[in-house]
Amino acid sequence: MKSHVWRPLFVAAGLVLLILVVRTFLVPDDFGVWERGYMYGWHRKGNEEEWKKVTVKYRTKAYCKECHEEKVESIGRSPHGIIQCENCHGPAMNHPEDPPTLTIDHSRELCLRCHAKLVTPSSGRSKIPGIDPITHNPEAECSLCHDPHHPNLEELKRHE
Amino acid sequence: MNRREFLKRSIVVVAGMALPTAALELIDPKKLLAAKPELRWVFLVDTYKCVGCGFCVKACKIENEVPYDANVTRTWVERYVITRDRKTHIDTPKGALNGFTSRKIDIGEGHTEDIKDEDIEQSFFVPKLCNQCENPPCVQVCPVGATYQTADGVVLVDRKWCIGCGYCIMGCPYGVRFFHPVYHVAEKCNFCYHRITKGMKTACVDACPFSARRIGNLRDLNDPVTKVIMTERVAILKEEYGTKPQVYYLGLSKEVR
Repeated sequence: MKSHVWRPLFVAAGLVLLILVVRTFLVPDDFGVWERGYMYGWHRKGNEEEWKKVTVKYRTKAYCKECHEEKVESIGRSPHGIIQCENCHGPAMNHPEDPPTLTIDHSRELCLRCHAKLVTPSSGRSKIPGIDPITHNPEAECSLCHDPHHPNLEELKRHE
Repeated sequence: MNRREFLKRSIVVVAGMALPTAALELIDPKKLLAAKPELRWVFLVDTYKCVGCGFCVKACKIENEVPYDANVTRTWVERYVITRDRKTHIDTPKGALNGFTSRKIDIGEGHTEDIKDEDIEQSFFVPKLCNQCENPPCVQVCPVGATYQTADGVVLVDRKWCIGCGYCIMGCPYGVRFFHPVYHVAEKCNFCYHRITKGMKTACVDACPFSARRIGNLRDLNDPVTKVIMTERVAILKEEYGTKPQVYYLGLSKEVR
């Protein structure tokens, strides 16, 4: 065969070789077909470890209990005991080192998440005591009258 | 070659050709184990218990570093209001990040619809999150292998590998994927992979005061979540798509899409 046939063929073969060489440098060693097969498991294995390294921000009641055992126990007995401390006090992260103090959400909006009166006949919401946020002391913070840790309406009457 | 010899050899050849190649393959125990691993994460949502407080959405956004005020979220809660004229009204203001504090239904573009209390026949809340499908269509469509399924069934996104083409966002029938406003790559719920692999529960499960959200291992028959899935009337979303979602719902009604 003449050289005008061979020459472009060499160029093409060279290009393929070049791409293969570049590929070995660019594609990480752990990239391949893993447990879930070619269709679902084709990935870089190291990424699984990267996801596992994300820092935990919400440490749960068990973490609060390490220092505030008495509080966690006594509040745990009240109707609000089912709520995680961090839902209102904010994520603990590395408290007390970082942050040294937690920012507590005192807003009406926080309480209204559950206690705004809605007509929800086919949901657990209907069993929670609710108020109309527009008519029920709209200017006041809820904790002015109610104790969020011991939400007892009997106790509330003493303030009146 | 006589006729007898010819027939003999023909039979040998035909028999040899009939033998499938699979019969000669050695069984690899690792492969078998991978097909039925000892751990498969599942999620259980009890829509009777959900009150629409949205603490799950708040915890998820902070835990997984999704910009708090951006209108994207890995998990959200939908409110369904079915009126006496059999109309279904659905809303999820900001994904229920601040819960449902108003009786007005958010119909988009800053407009609301007021429904009279006496017109309401049914009203309930449905939390949504990634279904971690057994056949995830979002993974199939990824052209670069940036999204994948781990051995324990969780679908993850490789942020370094994702090119941001958006095929997976279009491919998900449940609409759980979105572009991360900071990293500009596909983002989705991954069952808080950093928590469940440490023996913790997901941030949304921990934040839920009513145990409307639960997570468990489908391969462990003594797992309380698995027991519910095996013995009670649970439903999955969009079964007809064949994606085999692994988020099971108690009390799902036909209005829920």
